[in-house]
Amino acid sequence: MTFELSDRVRTVPPSGIRRFFEIAEERDEVISLGVGEPDFATPWAARDAAITSLEQGKTSYTANRGKRELREAIADYVADRFELGYDPDEEILVTAGASEAVDLAFRAFVDPGDTVAIAQPSYISYEPGVIFAGGEVLPVPTREEDDFRLTVEGLEAAGAADADMLVLCYPNNPTGAIMPAEDLEPVAEFAREHDLTVLSDEIYAELTYDGEHTSIASFEGMRERTIVFNGFSKAHAMTGLRLGYALGPADAIGAMNKIHQYTMLSAPTTAQHAALEALDSCANEVQEMVDQYDRRRQFVLSRFREIGLDVFEAKGAFYCFPEVPEGFTAEEFAEEVLREQGVAVVPGDVFGDGGEGHLRISYATGLEDLRKALNRIEAFVEEHV
Amino acid sequence: MSEREVLELLRENARYSAADIARMTDLEEAEVEATIEELEAAGVVRGYQAVVDWDKLEDERVRAEVELNVTLDRETGYDDIAERLARFPQVKALRLISGDYDFDMEVEGDSIREVSQFISEKVAPVPEITQTVTHYVMTSYKENGIELGDGEGDDRLSFSP
Ligand SMILES: Cc1ncc(COP(=O)(O)O)c(C=O)c1O
Repeated sequence: MTFELSDRVRTVPPSGIRRFFEIAEERDEVISLGVGEPDFATPWAARDAAITSLEQGKTSYTANRGKRELREAIADYVADRFELGYDPDEEILVTAGASEAVDLAFRAFVDPGDTVAIAQPSYISYEPGVIFAGGEVLPVPTREEDDFRLTVEGLEAAGAADADMLVLCYPNNPTGAIMPAEDLEPVAEFAREHDLTVLSDEIYAELTYDGEHTSIASFEGMRERTIVFNGFSKAHAMTGLRLGYALGPADAIGAMNKIHQYTMLSAPTTAQHAALEALDSCANEVQEMVDQYDRRRQFVLSRFREIGLDVFEAKGAFYCFPEVPEGFTAEEFAEEVLREQGVAVVPGDVFGDGGEGHLRISYATGLEDLRKALNRIEAFVEEHV
Repeated sequence: MSEREVLELLRENARYSAADIARMTDLEEAEVEATIEELEAAGVVRGYQAVVDWDKLEDERVRAEVELNVTLDRETGYDDIAERLARFPQVKALRLISGDYDFDMEVEGDSIREVSQFISEKVAPVPEITQTVTHYVMTSYKENGIELGDGEGDDRLSFSP
């Protein structure tokens, strides 16, 4: 017997990263700049809290929405860091990674035929998420000339005024772009004017190197139409613990929780203990990691300029987004630099419209490896360009 | 403060070039060079050394942590004793510390015999030293902030979203 795949599953193409992964596996001594997760271990205090919780046998389900103490800590944290006010009882949902929260939001708010505008290039899970929910994707390309920021002109040109929902990801994966308050304001106004629901993935909020992160939910009239996603994977180096959360108005979070309670029941309990400790006592470690990323960011940007590849001045997350030289597509460049020099990078078109001709370089890697990798890229460019 | 930042980076890896440090900070390469020169001239940066995992080499080094207790008299202070001990090339580190004993001394040699002889013949006879307790280092797990051993390795996938 063969399984008859649903249309929704069939229409989603396999991930563009897969093929590169296979080449990398065959080759020795690959330095990977293709990794979208921290190279730091989770701060010790958070790991210790997880261990202690296990020793104490705290291994049962928590409340569907997450441990109350953790929701309170999240409420305090987002109020303190991002001026966001959410009620821990009704407006916060703890999930198995921001990934689960994103999926819940699509399933809770997208009806078949609904149009979801997605600012691109951006994180690869949004588009499949919309399709799995039965919706239609409307790409809204952002351009390097605009610092990969979303503009009202861009939204209008793409036809987003007629969309039902808008997905944002700032600081951005893969470009490293941020949206400062003055650029976010007109987008907020556009969303209000055209009655768009906004999903704002702010998982890289702490990793903002020039100035402070602003959430679109903090603008007037936006809180009631926005779901904010965040989590512990990036700033707290907790990817494998799978813990994230969604913030939004009570009825919206209630709807997401309805799906969550039947599919996930509750986020991993051990991870919730780690997360609580991470918020309570690991701010210094987070700051240290941010400082390290910032140094690496400056190093990588400066090396790309020396190598002679145009590179966008990334100001957030841990990615930078250089242009590939003429004569190469992003995919060709990524494949050849991997085969010849053993440096793994991700072609930008994997991340959607606006990403073509670029590479995503992750600097979540120690400086020694970054230095070696950039020397190898330099050698490659000298030989072929 | 740029001095602080340059120092931090040098402590992380003294082989970062001035250009590397300039790339990582908002400083110009010339400023980095000048800052390093100043730090050296002022005696803040006293030298640069490799961090070695001796366990990885054939010809092993023998190292010992030695506790020293001293008595002082009117003529002799801690500094006098320290000065005398610090001159020996076998002494790699010497610190006056608080607690059960006075000095904490790191000694290095090619064999246990050499280290023991040094302590019994050169250190113990110093008149102000009343007691020495020698602890031989069996394995070192971390030196100068750098973890030794085989390292944890990076088990992340080479590509992730
Ligand atoms: C923008 C963005 N959102 C969400 C995620 C997934 O986060 P989590 O580990 O919390 O599911 C990632 C991971 O790469 C990401 O880059």
